[in-house]
Amino acid sequence: MASELKVPTMAEFYASGTVPEVLFWVGCAGSFDDRAKKITKAFVKILNKAKVSFAVLGTEESCTGDPAKRAGNEFLFQMQAVTNIEVLNAYEIKKIVTACPHCFNTIKNEYPGLGGNYEVVHHTQFLKDLLSEGRISMEGGTFKGKRITFHDPCYLGRANGVYEAPRDLIRKLDAELVEMKSCKQRGLCCGAGGAQMFKEPEKGDKDVNIERTEQALETKPEIIAAGCPFCNTMMTDGVKNKEKEDDVAVMDIAEMIAAAEDL
Amino acid sequence: MQYLPNVIFIILLFVGIGFFVKNVSRLKRNIFLGKEASLIDNKTQRWKNMAMIALGQSKMVVRPIAGALHIIVYVGFVIINIEVLEIILDGIFGTHRMFAVLGPVYDFLIGSFEVLALLVIVAVVIFWARRNVIKLKRFFKPEMKGWPKNDGNMILYIELVLMVLFLTMNGADYQLQQLGADHYAAAGAFPISSMFAPMLEGMSIASLVLLERSAWWLHIAGILFFLNYLYYSKHLHILLAFPNTYYGKLTPKGQFKNLQSVTDEVKMMMDPDADPYAEPAEDATVPDKFGASDVQDLSWVQLLNAYTCTECGRCTSECPANQTGKKLSPRKIMMDTRDRLEEVGKNIDANNGEFKEDGKQLLNDYITPEELWACTSCNACVEACPISIDPLSIIMDMRQYLVMEQSAAPTDLNNMMGNIENNGAPWPFNQMDRLNWSKES
Repeated sequence: MASELKVPTMAEFYASGTVPEVLFWVGCAGSFDDRAKKITKAFVKILNKAKVSFAVLGTEESCTGDPAKRAGNEFLFQMQAVTNIEVLNAYEIKKIVTACPHCFNTIKNEYPGLGGNYEVVHHTQFLKDLLSEGRISMEGGTFKGKRITFHDPCYLGRANGVYEAPRDLIRKLDAELVEMKSCKQRGLCCGAGGAQMFKEPEKGDKDVNIERTEQALETKPEIIAAGCPFCNTMMTDGVKNKEKEDDVAVMDIAEMIAAAEDL
Repeated sequence: MQYLPNVIFIILLFVGIGFFVKNVSRLKRNIFLGKEASLIDNKTQRWKNMAMIALGQSKMVVRPIAGALHIIVYVGFVIINIEVLEIILDGIFGTHRMFAVLGPVYDFLIGSFEVLALLVIVAVVIFWARRNVIKLKRFFKPEMKGWPKNDGNMILYIELVLMVLFLTMNGADYQLQQLGADHYAAAGAFPISSMFAPMLEGMSIASLVLLERSAWWLHIAGILFFLNYLYYSKHLHILLAFPNTYYGKLTPKGQFKNLQSVTDEVKMMMDPDADPYAEPAEDATVPDKFGASDVQDLSWVQLLNAYTCTECGRCTSECPANQTGKKLSPRKIMMDTRDRLEEVGKNIDANNGEFKEDGKQLLNDYITPEELWACTSCNACVEACPISIDPLSIIMDMRQYLVMEQSAAPTDLNNMMGNIENNGAPWPFNQMDRLNWSKES
């Protein structure tokens, strides 16, 4: 039903001698993880609809190095960073948007010290700007009146102080935003950060994502909104573990907006 | 003989302050065993943080009950110490209530000290109950056994005793003023201690003087003792909270520092003109060790953090790993760092100022890899700390040592890093397939 995605690459822009408004940094999860790819596509649909001139790096993109750095491998991180910065600087990139808070944090905060200076925004901030500039319109539609709780990604919230952009978007969907007992500055991690996504957890009583899912379910939500592909996976697993997947959906905010606009 | 009390007082004061100065210099020496960290930037913001967070207690009130009680004890402590100035001057010059010349101002001061003293007693009793009757969970983690538990209670006992002595001294003084005893001219207002006056009724002037003098001497001796107790106690935070908030992190919490030693190597590797077989220059320094395995590898700010920690456990109670039963406790990271630093300091003292290898280090002997690998780097501990301590930075430095010096990452993480190295993603997907999603329906 939906028309084909238009995903131009930086190389194509370069060949035609033009510059896009913004670079969409897709990230590894957004490129390869089946669940996260849906978020990527939803975001691109919105960009297409809003006629945003954007590009991706495609096969020239590589891991930012975030999981290596958090795992203690500073060497691998800097190798990745320097390589990416070379590509980004060669294309004279000025502004980057990404749907992954880990990529967001690393490029925004840790690349400048290695020679990569860009304006970096999270996709919820970007969408909010599109909305306030009137480039997209949003009607609640299917989300009207739904109980939605937002799980703060650590690397968006605490790490960078972005709490309101995702919440503003949920409110714009005419949904009922309900907060978990620990949210914003005191939001509980989903358990994936610090390279935990890629390893088994240490011995304990419980997995972190189960604890967080319990907090989310306490708010009796119809949807758990997320703004990070890793949080999304962790919360989805948590909801399945609690056998609530038929009642509670875990959705990225971009997916919600795309669905509301019937994209 | 007339001047005997003055002489004894001056000796007591010298000994008390002398020991304190010695402790402070030991503290400084130990903190500066840490590596250099240049934090001279952004002075305005730093002073502002200190004023807000340390002086203004802005982060204490995130937990309203503990925050309100803490502010009472803190304000009481700071303001009642104005009275200590008078006590010291009286002691040196053999006067009695020297500041009484201030008249109504003096009445107001003494009156408010008394009210504060009572409030402090109430707060201290509630604090004690939280630790010993209600048994708040965060005070009963494994790292809180033994000295840390006793230390927490000891501080409350000392504060209670000091406040009771202060009120006793005033109560006896008030009674003596009522009786018109020599040297006890009417001065000060005693809204609290006068309420206990009936208890002292019928006592002779001589007994009242004995009571007043005993309370006076014990009070000042107690304060000097408390001053010297600080170095051995979590209570050191009353001093170090100020420099610690001043030197607290100003960059976004998610921004971890980029290691310069690694940057240098990466630059060399990427430099097409670099000769990979070149002999190191004659004057080449040994490259920095990557990460931290012992306290000397940490920066002096991280060591200052360790001495500043007051073991309140807000970090640990917010930690997702700790909440789900993992061994990691950010508070324990700070306590271990301080304990090891003390051990290194004592080693240096015992060996004429040189550290003698003792076969121990912070890693493994204090902090285990299991604790370090349980961290999600979520910054909840950093956010929770009311005085800007950063346990996460120590965890990350120690992970760097495990990975870059010892290649001791968990197997899963080695796989993840191998994937990034080979195909630019943490999973085994080919970089050439990175755009395939755009063609999938």
